[in-house]
Amino acid sequence: MSKSTLTRRGVLKTGAVAGATLATPTIFTAGSAAAYTNEPTGSTVKFGFNVPQTGPYAEEGLDELRAQELAIEHINGMGDGGALNTFTSKALGGDGVLGKKVEFVTGDTQTKSDAARASAKSMIEKDGVVMINGGSSSGVAIAVQGLCQEAGIIFMAGLTHSNDTTGKDRKANGFRHFFNAYMSAAALAPVLNKEYGSDRRAYHLTADYTWGWSQQESIAAATEAMGWQTVNNVLTPLAATDFSSYIAPVLNSGADVLVLNHYGGNMVNSLTNAIQFGLRDKQVNGKNFEIVVPLYSELMAAGAGENIKGVYGSMNWNWQLTDEGTKAFVQSFGQKYGRPPSNSAQTCYAQTILYADAAARAGSFNPCAIAEALEGFEFDGLGNGPTLYRADDHQCFKDVLVMKGRDNPTSQYDTLELVEKTPVAQVTYDANHAMFGGDAATLGTCNAGA
Amino acid sequence: MLGLNKKDTSLLLIVAGLALFAPFLLNPFPADSGLAQFNAGYPDLMQRFVIFGIFAIGFNILFGLTGYLSFGHAAFLGVGSYCVVWMYKLVDYNVIWGLPLAIVVSALFSLLIGFVSLRRSGIYFSILTLAFAQMSFNLAYSVLTPITNGETGLQVYSNDPQVLLGATEPNAPHLFGIVMNQSKTLSMGAWEFTFNNGYYFCAVILMVVFYLAIRIFRSPFGMMLRAVKTNQTRMNYTGLSPRPYTLAAFVISGMYAGLAGGLMAAMDPLAGAERMQWTASGEVVLMTILGGAGTLLGPVLGAGFIKYFENIFSKINDGVLHSWFSFLPDGMENLLVGIVHPFVGKGWHLTLGLLFMAVVIFLPGGLMEGGERLKKRFSKTPEVKDPEHRPEDKPHVAE
Repeated sequence: MSKSTLTRRGVLKTGAVAGATLATPTIFTAGSAAAYTNEPTGSTVKFGFNVPQTGPYAEEGLDELRAQELAIEHINGMGDGGALNTFTSKALGGDGVLGKKVEFVTGDTQTKSDAARASAKSMIEKDGVVMINGGSSSGVAIAVQGLCQEAGIIFMAGLTHSNDTTGKDRKANGFRHFFNAYMSAAALAPVLNKEYGSDRRAYHLTADYTWGWSQQESIAAATEAMGWQTVNNVLTPLAATDFSSYIAPVLNSGADVLVLNHYGGNMVNSLTNAIQFGLRDKQVNGKNFEIVVPLYSELMAAGAGENIKGVYGSMNWNWQLTDEGTKAFVQSFGQKYGRPPSNSAQTCYAQTILYADAAARAGSFNPCAIAEALEGFEFDGLGNGPTLYRADDHQCFKDVLVMKGRDNPTSQYDTLELVEKTPVAQVTYDANHAMFGGDAATLGTCNAGA
Repeated sequence: MLGLNKKDTSLLLIVAGLALFAPFLLNPFPADSGLAQFNAGYPDLMQRFVIFGIFAIGFNILFGLTGYLSFGHAAFLGVGSYCVVWMYKLVDYNVIWGLPLAIVVSALFSLLIGFVSLRRSGIYFSILTLAFAQMSFNLAYSVLTPITNGETGLQVYSNDPQVLLGATEPNAPHLFGIVMNQSKTLSMGAWEFTFNNGYYFCAVILMVVFYLAIRIFRSPFGMMLRAVKTNQTRMNYTGLSPRPYTLAAFVISGMYAGLAGGLMAAMDPLAGAERMQWTASGEVVLMTILGGAGTLLGPVLGAGFIKYFENIFSKINDGVLHSWFSFLPDGMENLLVGIVHPFVGKGWHLTLGLLFMAVVIFLPGGLMEGGERLKKRFSKTPEVKDPEHRPEDKPHVAE
């Protein structure tokens, strides 16, 4: 054992020095002058793009990143201006926002709540961003939205389809442009009714997590309302890659429609298994057996290849739309990257533009001023037709696309065809709808931090 | 000091120094320079360094001493986090309720898993722990959603009971009013240093648990654990059952993991199921091996190393690369960006993987061995071979 030479005097001395050292920082403390978190003081303002760059949704995340970079170019007045030319609000002049040039930092969410929050925090604490945009999963979106609320900056959600994001987990500092499970169901049900009739028996396979449940709940409610029966709902583990054992019982259940509440790789695998079992060639109850995939994405369509032919699903936006906003955006995106944008890319592009525009209209980057500018904001020209940012839950209301796997694709990007553009009135619901947290769900108050 | 020999005292002092001055050490570059990209001295990352340091120290007590490779430690991390967030929801935002509970619950949980898993050793043990952890993850992700809030992660809602919440109490995790996410910024010329309450709270706990780890390493109990690693068969033949020792080590390291998980929730009031995934368990194995298994300081270094890559390298995108090389002619600039591009941003895993390979091949003892070799190169005095793995000079029992 060593002998230490601690004396009373020595301890007192060290204590006094240590105390003085610890006390000094408070004298120099800057900070407190800022009116809100990360108030930009120089000639630039920073946006944070937090997308999955690794993991299962990396492909989608990288497409989001492309769109966000393009949006920054357009806001800063480079390139052809894209959808800024067709956007109904003219507050952005192509010279940045409020005279400040827009810069951006990127981060990797890894499609994990923890990693997403870590990367968002580093953007807020280290890089000093005023907003965070992007993401490709509802769990991540809800986690980062909560963080932005606490930190006092604005969160513009990317691809998040669960009802909860603007339902029971809605936050005053969070905004969602993308549509949700309820809207998918409300848009799909009438089309399914028209195509397949009102006397159908549906069998659901549902990914066993929040999004899957909310998707299943929504679509079951919407189809039952028009006369369908729900035969069974089987929950499948998220990590499952082989769905054969779940598909086999479908054949003997007496069901004539299979609803796959799956997303991403899950959906690609379950659909492929279902086709391999020859479900679509079967006749049950005297009707052709059909498959429905409530939420489509370009990535999934490409992954499933041949198998999606004739399968119905819904989308937030598609590059084949013919309105002016879509054309301007697709052309600008195609010129820069040589490919059409995905619907998650479009939502992130729109969100970046909407945030910048709100800041310009509000005359400040204060999150509370921006939230006020976005609430109840009506706009058009970004590709989705006339759109409303509802003040009660910060959800965008716009037309929803019902899509079908194309029978004769002309190119590798031409995998889905537009069946119907469901008007916004048909997918609108009350802000206190039971599937959206009921009366208990509140936005809370806006937090400007600092 | 505190019952430690001279060498260990200095080791503890080094860790204390590193922890206390981290805000300075990790921010060596002026805030507005191009190199500020490499600064790691912001609260969230500093907290992560310390928390994962604690996690790795605990893991090392099991893996480094007994050689039992657990692939399921993330489960305890998750359990700790859920405990703390539940205490926020039920009691109030003071972390004093949640942290002890996190340690107790993870101890019970690890006792259960350890009791079953430790019936086997080697690869079978690893697989068993992996299975348990993956089971916990799946339970948390879907089946136990009423308790864990599934994919979304457990959060505090305004309509939660929070029975002790006072009217003036801060609405964020705090320790008797010291709010964790509050910081003070010190500007010195072009440099900026951030002192965060939460970070220092974690740092103090790190020092305490590091001290405990030293005591465990140097105790007769630690010696028994080493005996398990060295030759379990021989230990059996001498009439000693290794199981009580390994189980104790397993529970202790489970408690460390629970504490780390609790601290994560204490810094950021959210608990997600991903925290329990097998990749998270694998990460702590990497940290320990990278830093040096069986050494005291190694796991902490390894944890810092991996977290640094995850948070700093992943944020270097093409725009940043272009701004670095912008002084070069266009062709050269694009070429250099093209070469570096695969290793940063979304390719940070690649860089980390290469480094990990290099360490395992050239420095099997981890970063600590690198340090030892450097020390040997610069000092003339011959070093004792393998200083960690020999009996310490102990006073005679009769003394």
